[in-house]
Amino acid sequence: MVNYILRRLGYAVIMIVLVSFVGFCIIKLPPGDFLTQKLEQLRARGDRSAESQIEALRAKYGLDRPFMVQYTTWAVNFLKGDFGESFQYERPVKDLLGERLTMTVVLALATLIITWVLAIPLGVYSAVRQYSLGDQIITTISFIGIGIPGFLLALIILFFAIVVLNQDVLGLFSKEYIDAPWSVGKVIDLLKHLWIPALISAVTGTGGLIRIMRGNLLETMGQPFVEAARARGLRNRDVIWKHAVRVAINPLIVILGSEALPGIIGGNALVSIVLNLPTIGPLFVDSLRRLDMYLAGTCIVFFTILLLVGNLLADLVLAWVDPRIRLE
Amino acid sequence: MEDGNKFIEVRDLHVEFDVRAGIIKAVDGMWLEINRGQTVGVIGESGCGKSVTARAIMNMVPKPGKISGGEILYHRKNKDTGEVTTIDITKLDPDGEVIRQIRGGEIGMIFQEPMSSLTPVYTAGTHIYEAVSLHRLVPVKKVGDQMVETIMTYRKVTKQEAREIAIDMLRRVGIPKPDQRVDSYPHQLSGGQRQRVMIAIALSCEPEMLIADEPTTALDVSIEAQILDVMRELQHSVNMAIMFITHNLGVIAEMAEEIVVMYMGKQVERAKVVDLFYDPKHPYTQALLRSIPKIGKRGERLATIEGMVPDPFHLPTGCVFHPRCPMFMPGKCDRIVPTNKEVASNHWASCLLYEEV
Repeated sequence: MVNYILRRLGYAVIMIVLVSFVGFCIIKLPPGDFLTQKLEQLRARGDRSAESQIEALRAKYGLDRPFMVQYTTWAVNFLKGDFGESFQYERPVKDLLGERLTMTVVLALATLIITWVLAIPLGVYSAVRQYSLGDQIITTISFIGIGIPGFLLALIILFFAIVVLNQDVLGLFSKEYIDAPWSVGKVIDLLKHLWIPALISAVTGTGGLIRIMRGNLLETMGQPFVEAARARGLRNRDVIWKHAVRVAINPLIVILGSEALPGIIGGNALVSIVLNLPTIGPLFVDSLRRLDMYLAGTCIVFFTILLLVGNLLADLVLAWVDPRIRLE
Repeated sequence: MEDGNKFIEVRDLHVEFDVRAGIIKAVDGMWLEINRGQTVGVIGESGCGKSVTARAIMNMVPKPGKISGGEILYHRKNKDTGEVTTIDITKLDPDGEVIRQIRGGEIGMIFQEPMSSLTPVYTAGTHIYEAVSLHRLVPVKKVGDQMVETIMTYRKVTKQEAREIAIDMLRRVGIPKPDQRVDSYPHQLSGGQRQRVMIAIALSCEPEMLIADEPTTALDVSIEAQILDVMRELQHSVNMAIMFITHNLGVIAEMAEEIVVMYMGKQVERAKVVDLFYDPKHPYTQALLRSIPKIGKRGERLATIEGMVPDPFHLPTGCVFHPRCPMFMPGKCDRIVPTNKEVASNHWASCLLYEEV
């Protein structure tokens, strides 16, 4: 068991190195770099010292050195906890990510909890009452959720909230609370804003999960062990939850590990951009657009780490709940 | 046969499945009687309604099926007073208190697919604890109150007692090292062992009847023999009735005292095992018996029953067997529905050959 975990962690390290390297290459692929963009801007403003400023920056960030040297320097510093500096913000990547991390995690956990707390009971209901009116309604809504992209739904809800309800719902806080210290008022204000991303994730995120839960459970309920449990005199509720759902839910653990955990940081970047949420997703998209390579690279490495850790955790949890997959 | 000895009486049972293409009458006027301690074999082809009848007795006909007529009388005996009350199982709420006590507690059931009849995430022991904690009660002696004569009170078994019962049951069904096997998961057991565990679960609550729905069909012949031995041994030690469903005539000859032959959801013949095998009355039973391969008669073609099982949506008129019957009497069998007649002592058949019409 310990051996297995160590081996998996070893693979994970190799994977992270590879992904960071490939990621770095891809960011470098477009012609020019952040500083060429900046030079253009400075020239356009007629700044005379532009050339020398840029040269200084280029030396400072090591952009004049060969690609491999750049990558190695960044990677070694990364291990020391120095993720480099963002060009566009002219601040350390660590600080930039740090200040958005809390909100990102809060939002992601809220999303995750809402999604799962809704999806599993609805999926179970939908399967147990197959073809009932309730099942038809749930099925219709989940297909709409699967079909509508999150950002489109975000736009529709924004329009509704601003035009019809006349509420300021962009971001996570109203203007007066953005820099205010934490207080009861600020929490209430947060909740007032949080419902929109929560609703969007409830509609778009639960749809797929409901369908998977429903399908798995229907298949499991046709298994002889469910009938056998009923024949032992269990009440219907226990037959469904302790036997059928207990077995049908296992595949969802894999989804939790491979999608939910990386999603905590990556989130739905498009929805966050539309709603102007201070999370890491929009920062990452922007860094790619602006060739802000250390910021982008750091984000990529973190997404990879979360994905790998998520998968490992999912495998361990699955082995724990399902004796058939116990690791040798 | 005394009435006090009756355990289950299925009377004119009808079970229908409402599927998209129409209504299938899976059980269509079935009669069946099982006495206490008696083994009744039910045989018939696949789809003749054997399993559905069994599930109806447990009031757990799977959707979209439902009991659409008839009654299933269960003569329930109070273990303390010996008083018998009669319950019509078809009238019970399928998730109600009474039927849940009967299921598992008074009538146990084992199934055809031992490979998948145990919940894969629970150990053999967990399955037995679950059943035992639902049904088995331990008598508690009341001390001090001598005026009131022995009022029995009961409590549920503790976890430790349940574990001991589980280990003991596994030992009784012949599982080696039961104190270790009690913690085995289903995938760690062989098919034969899983069926033994199923029997252990069913018998752990000391039911008065066991419904065995083709319990050995999925097992190979040597394991089948072992499982049948286990069932017979345990039956003798606890005086339990068995409703043994199979399509294997050899197995039923070994197990049952009385045999019921089913065809298209009906009882066509019922007799003591010897009478049925040596003197079958119904042409269907006769044809079934002819189709058993005989050792020592090489080179002969195996007898088969002519024709096909009828389309369940378009049942033949009159006797449902008439299109395949070698004794078909035109003008009679295709018009008149035969009734169940006692054609010899304790030997019943529903065939127009034995009716004056």
